Amino acid sequence: MPIINNKELFPTDYNDRILIEALKKTPQDIIYEIRESGLKGRGGAGFPTGTKWNLASAAVAEKKFVVCNADEGEPGTFKDRVLLTDYLPMVIDGITLGGRAIGAQKGYIYLRGEYRYMLGRLENYIAQMISENRLGNNILGTGFDFTIEIRLGAGAYICGEESALIESMEGHRGEARNRPPFPVNRGYFCYPTIVNNVETFASVAVIISKGADWFKSFGTSKSPGKKLLSVSGDCRKPGVYEVPFGINVKELLKLVDARKTKAVQIGGASGYCLPRSQFDRTISFEDASTGGSVIIFNQTRDMLSVLKNFQEFFVEESCGQCTPCRVGNKKLLDGVEKIEQGECSISYIRELMDLGRSMQMASKCGLGQSAPNSFISIVTHFENEIFSSR
Amino acid sequence: MLLSEKNAMTEEIEELCSNYGSYRESLLPILNDIQLRFGYVSEFAQQEIARVLDIHPVEVYGVVTFYSFLSPKRLGKYIIRLCRTISCDMAEKSSIARVLERELGIRFGETTSDMKFSLEYTNCLGMCDESPAMLINEQVFTKLTPHRVAEIIRKYK
Amino acid sequence: MMEYSKKNGDRAPVASKPLKVAPHGLESDIGSKVEVEINGKAYKVPIGMTILDACKKQNIHIPTLCYHEDLCLAGVCRICVVEVEGMRSLQAACTYPITNRMKIKTSSEQVRKARRHVIDLLLSEHYGECYSCHRNGNCELQKLSKEYGVDSYRFGHVIERRHNVDHSSYSVVRDMDKCVLCKRCVRTCIDLQEVGVLESTNRGYDTTITTFNDLPLAEVICINCGQCINRCPTAALRANDPSHFIWEAIDNPKKHVVCQTAPSPRAAIGEEFGLAPGHSMTKQLNTALRMIGFDRVFDTNFAADLTIMEEGTELLLRLKRSLVNGDKSVHLPQFTSCSPGWVKYIEHFYPEYLDYLSSCKSPQQMFGSLLKTFYAEEHNIDPAEIVTVAIMPCSAKKFECNRPEMTASGFKDVDFGLTTRELAQMIREAGLRLPELPPSNFDDPFGEASGAGLIFGATGGVMEAALRTAYELVTGRTVPFENLNIEACRGMEGIKQASVLLTGLKPEWAFLEGVNLKFMIAHGTANAKKVMEMLKAGELADFHFIEIMGCPGGCIGGGGQPIPTSGEIRKLRAKAIYEEDAGLPIRKSHENPNVNYIYEKFLTDGPCGHKSHKLLHTHYVKRGKYIV
Repeated sequence: MPIINNKELFPTDYNDRILIEALKKTPQDIIYEIRESGLKGRGGAGFPTGTKWNLASAAVAEKKFVVCNADEGEPGTFKDRVLLTDYLPMVIDGITLGGRAIGAQKGYIYLRGEYRYMLGRLENYIAQMISENRLGNNILGTGFDFTIEIRLGAGAYICGEESALIESMEGHRGEARNRPPFPVNRGYFCYPTIVNNVETFASVAVIISKGADWFKSFGTSKSPGKKLLSVSGDCRKPGVYEVPFGINVKELLKLVDARKTKAVQIGGASGYCLPRSQFDRTISFEDASTGGSVIIFNQTRDMLSVLKNFQEFFVEESCGQCTPCRVGNKKLLDGVEKIEQGECSISYIRELMDLGRSMQMASKCGLGQSAPNSFISIVTHFENEIFSSR
Repeated sequence: MLLSEKNAMTEEIEELCSNYGSYRESLLPILNDIQLRFGYVSEFAQQEIARVLDIHPVEVYGVVTFYSFLSPKRLGKYIIRLCRTISCDMAEKSSIARVLERELGIRFGETTSDMKFSLEYTNCLGMCDESPAMLINEQVFTKLTPHRVAEIIRKYK
Repeated sequence: MMEYSKKNGDRAPVASKPLKVAPHGLESDIGSKVEVEINGKAYKVPIGMTILDACKKQNIHIPTLCYHEDLCLAGVCRICVVEVEGMRSLQAACTYPITNRMKIKTSSEQVRKARRHVIDLLLSEHYGECYSCHRNGNCELQKLSKEYGVDSYRFGHVIERRHNVDHSSYSVVRDMDKCVLCKRCVRTCIDLQEVGVLESTNRGYDTTITTFNDLPLAEVICINCGQCINRCPTAALRANDPSHFIWEAIDNPKKHVVCQTAPSPRAAIGEEFGLAPGHSMTKQLNTALRMIGFDRVFDTNFAADLTIMEEGTELLLRLKRSLVNGDKSVHLPQFTSCSPGWVKYIEHFYPEYLDYLSSCKSPQQMFGSLLKTFYAEEHNIDPAEIVTVAIMPCSAKKFECNRPEMTASGFKDVDFGLTTRELAQMIREAGLRLPELPPSNFDDPFGEASGAGLIFGATGGVMEAALRTAYELVTGRTVPFENLNIEACRGMEGIKQASVLLTGLKPEWAFLEGVNLKFMIAHGTANAKKVMEMLKAGELADFHFIEIMGCPGGCIGGGGQPIPTSGEIRKLRAKAIYEEDAGLPIRKSHENPNVNYIYEKFLTDGPCGHKSHKLLHTHYVKRGKYIV
């Protein structure tokens, strides 16, 4: 199913001839355009794409790499699947432009193992691109050499974290690296590497073809452009939506035809749960930030079992190397089970909230730092519901 | 394992190795292919991969046990992975789970005695808008209903 | 797929990715200094230095757990987190490189809370109680708990075992219920020693450190070096302790219990009793051993001297066969065989090169077979009633004495290998304060030994001892080095090499005239691997003798030595050994009167003769690297 309400950003009539025009630009021009557009990483962390590319471009090395992070594992996210299925040319062009911008000759798509069924189609498309000289040596006569290879994951949420992804590509356990150094300086086999989300690359292709000013005409000043949201849960029209940043939750719920909504989880298991009282908050980096996942809960849902589901997810999907994430998530899960059994005191819950805050501060990577978000927000907003029924 | 099976495995691994290159970064592609072809990465296969890539067998073991889709233990010909993450969970995943268990006569985490089916849970498949969803090997099935699941299983049997 | 990794063997786990990086990756900035503010005070710090190192230099304490100075960085325990201004989350001091002006706080509300939480979480998963633990009093988790005033198990406590204790190995016991997943053992095994037995497996909460396919340690390629034990912060890894059997033997009046002490435990055991590293306790230890109840206390150095005679002769014989007889089947260079960790390493990893290994047993085993033959005969003691205990710095010695080949006397030549740590425990149990005991000498007939035997304990020592004897044997002159100190053999460099020109030889050794005797010294099996790869590549064709010790630093850094260990500690222990050597009257193995006595009385057909072959030499097993 393609994007439900696609209008501007991801046009179905994407003109794949833009690549030759774009490749005529200098790397500096491409980076300038991206910086001007204010594009921020679409995977969730929201790091400015132009800045990242600029750092990688400035790094001196004999080789550089572009990696497209298609390890979309956040619960409730599936927009990258749709992009890879129906908007592949934009993604591939975006990766190519990334290579051009930083001076890389090799790009990788790290495709999550769950999407193996797409592998054949992606490979065929890339082969076709090579045969049309839109990839390969001296692309379209521009003198630029670039190829893309697909690497398949094998079922590990943590590999969506960029340094864990690189570890995985190098043939190791997907355990996040110490940072700094950051991948833009020391990435794949210690060469400067940019890792960007599928949607980021697709956005790049459009920005380069339509210009930064056009892109900035959407969204808010701090969150320019549009965002794809993967909407699931209790609504009549689940699917991928293209919305401008700044849309509030209430408007979004109307768009997807959700009724009797009790809460909305923004940003997946590692995001925050918003209660009804906060439905006027806006989807944007400055307010309710999300990599794209929106999960809707109606009045019939038990928020404690929602929380338990998230917590089980983290206990299993933590890479297990650092203490706060490996053990902390288990303690939070134990706490949820205690509440379930009516054996948890309010003071112990306070203790666990405190632990959650330490996990946010002291974990090694983004997974551990964001894992307690659900626990903290659900317990904060639904404490009465959680405890009253037990 | 029979000697002939071992030789076949060695040949397979050496061929994969010549395809991908005998470098550490080939480890995951080789493991993925072995897993797909044999349904698991045996103790012998792990050591052979370690040999051709010149790494320690325990490192291969560490990688195999890290990723959910790789298994050091033999699984069935068809590995059914039902998504248990939130959107599927809310879409009556548990009734699908019951149907699967009933149709196959095994519980989650088990393999049928004829080594045809293994039943596992998995985390988010990225099919939340078409939940509940499951994978059978690499093929994805969405918008499952108890009736449809039974039908799908019948086809695979 | 293209090759981007430089070399396959050059793998580095997550932890050891190059750390030092200047802003924007400008390598040239590394080395220059930048001003940082730590806890409100300004300091000049070299760019690229970690926060932890910078703080250490200024005497600012930051607690650590997964950090170990011998190992690559992991940054996984998160106990060393500090506040860096401008960063959203706390940063691990052990891995964070200082690359620009920054403000650091090593103690703040958030930092203290986070550290306390890390300790609480580790304790909540840590099985058992401190008072029933092998590492009680020397446990880094215990120390941290004390430092942070832990007075309760905030997040629960494990009171039931979840893992079986792996007792399968003669040398190393694994108790994963005590593991804190700091990965020091993994980094030791894979990076430091390049053996590759231990690795993290599974994921998330199920993560455990284990062997290939969870096999018992005895069934995998563990070389028993015990380096993992030395670096384990808790009791998850410990040596297989035979002390209760030894007490039993001591308490049994029928048994004649004798022990031999190696030089390295003597140089280190003081640390177990609160002394700073580098104090030799040889003579106090003799007293302690007698007070514990050993019937005789001997010096392993005697057997080390014997080893020099045997191994030196073996080398000269190989050279003669090669140079005089032109025998192409002679394997040169000859490798030393006194380190059981190294021996098992070559058996597993380079089984096709076993012929290069000297056939000499280690001093421990030579001693053992002589005790149950020569000594038993001379003193009219039934060898069946003799219990031989070897006090060693080494966990691999436990495996070695249990090898089926090691029964030349008709009995188990050495009954027990006891580590420095275990002996210290026995001494404490006997109520003795080692440093305060009066000194006493070794027992005869194996009491006197040379300084050459003594320096076996440090890397390069065997080579130095062998040169002192071999050179003199063939030239009739002492080695041309000041005070017999062959500096080229000393020091902690991973691989050392040097040569001695042989001229003006005695007539019977004339075939060696003009030969430039080339030798090489390596310690730690990672360096051994490099040497073996050189041998494989044919780069060692003109070398004659190679000393390899399995452990970093040689025996003084052995897996049975007091915990902790570090480069500095190993240096101090080596220094103690060299100082003791310099002060001894006899410093060459061939001048040891007891050695000469035994060749006169017992091993009458001389070094490498028939009888010594039976008792003092051995053979090896082609083990290989794979299990099925």
